[in-house]
Amino acid sequence: MTEPRPRPVLRESYPPSVSAGGGRQAGNLGDILERVLDRGIVIAGDIRVNLLDIELLTIKLRLVIASVDTARELGIDWWEHDPWLSGRDRELIEENRRLRQRLAAVEDRLGEIRESEWPREVERRRE
Amino acid sequence: MSDIGVYLYAVTQDTGRAPPEGLRGVLGHEVTAVRRAGLAAYVSEVPLDQFGEEPLRRLLEELDWVEDVARSHHRVVETLSTGTPVAPVRLVTVYHGLDQVGDLLTRRRADFLRVLCRVSGRREWGVKAYATRPPERPPEGPASESAASGPAGAGHGTAESPGTAYLRQRKESLRGRREAWRSAAERAERLHAALGEIADGACRHRPQDPHLSGRDDVMVLNGAYLLDPAREPEFSEALAAFRGEGMEVELTGPWAPYSFTSLDLDTDPGTGTTGPGADTPEEGSDGR
Repeated sequence: MTEPRPRPVLRESYPPSVSAGGGRQAGNLGDILERVLDRGIVIAGDIRVNLLDIELLTIKLRLVIASVDTARELGIDWWEHDPWLSGRDRELIEENRRLRQRLAAVEDRLGEIRESEWPREVERRRE
Repeated sequence: MSDIGVYLYAVTQDTGRAPPEGLRGVLGHEVTAVRRAGLAAYVSEVPLDQFGEEPLRRLLEELDWVEDVARSHHRVVETLSTGTPVAPVRLVTVYHGLDQVGDLLTRRRADFLRVLCRVSGRREWGVKAYATRPPERPPEGPASESAASGPAGAGHGTAESPGTAYLRQRKESLRGRREAWRSAAERAERLHAALGEIADGACRHRPQDPHLSGRDDVMVLNGAYLLDPAREPEFSEALAAFRGEGMEVELTGPWAPYSFTSLDLDTDPGTGTTGPGADTPEEGSDGR
């Protein structure tokens, strides 16, 4: 579609991930997820997606995207054999508990790594 | 029961125009418009074996699937937003049929119009600011000298062992970083305030994890600003004024106004959370 709007003055400041042309490139996945998952209008569709699911998703995304290399180094690759796919409740709860522990361990470890590089306030600030 | 659902991307005012030709949504399905009450809802068909409740619960945990859907959703919203003010709807909002979407437009007309009015003629920009790491100071003066040529470091009359010197420098370096971070955080506050003065709307989001942002530097600002294009030069100047001095500033956009269309239509007074698979969306209690 033709676009009568003025050319954006701010265009020259685009980060490299975004093309300066009319057709915008895909963009940073993190930025996109941040927007489509957390913002915009929330309406109850007919298909109810439990918000808890979204929360779990977000936790996972945070770990997967945030530290995939670190996690792999630590032998954590649970998202590749996801117990949620099995849908067995008891296992699921147990697995959930275990994942939380591992998540906490990874976060601790990340904290240690960062602490040696960067002051503690940063971590607190990010909470 | 159909095994096809209707996926809702965004709502705009009904301009009477057809959706951009060839616009495809999730899974490559064609995007069409549902028009009612002066509004247009942009939708596409989705198979319920992926977008039904149970499948969704599983698939939302699969990053690749989520990424595909998120990118498709985003692409549709972005495309629509280049032609008219748009109110993006949250990811995976799915209805049983077009009638339900039409009902939604009728019932929530006032809410949608309010949101659309707010973002009309404006665009969202993202600004991320990072505290850049101060350069490592090279081991200077006494430490390297003392390590190299014995305890005769000038300026430190008494001998400082290499180990002590290292620790001292390490401590200084950490302190330097902490100060640099504090200073950048303060500048980020001022930057946000300055941009907020120029923008018609401003909000801050959680700073992204370094891995998510793809940068090592610590994010001190993750802001979104709703901007009248006429004020973009001013905005640009304000940004420029804050670049450097231990802070890097990154601009993204323009975005569809995701950050300024937050509206929770899920909490209808008098309507509890409906059970799974309810055939009708919640009844409007506002009498419209």
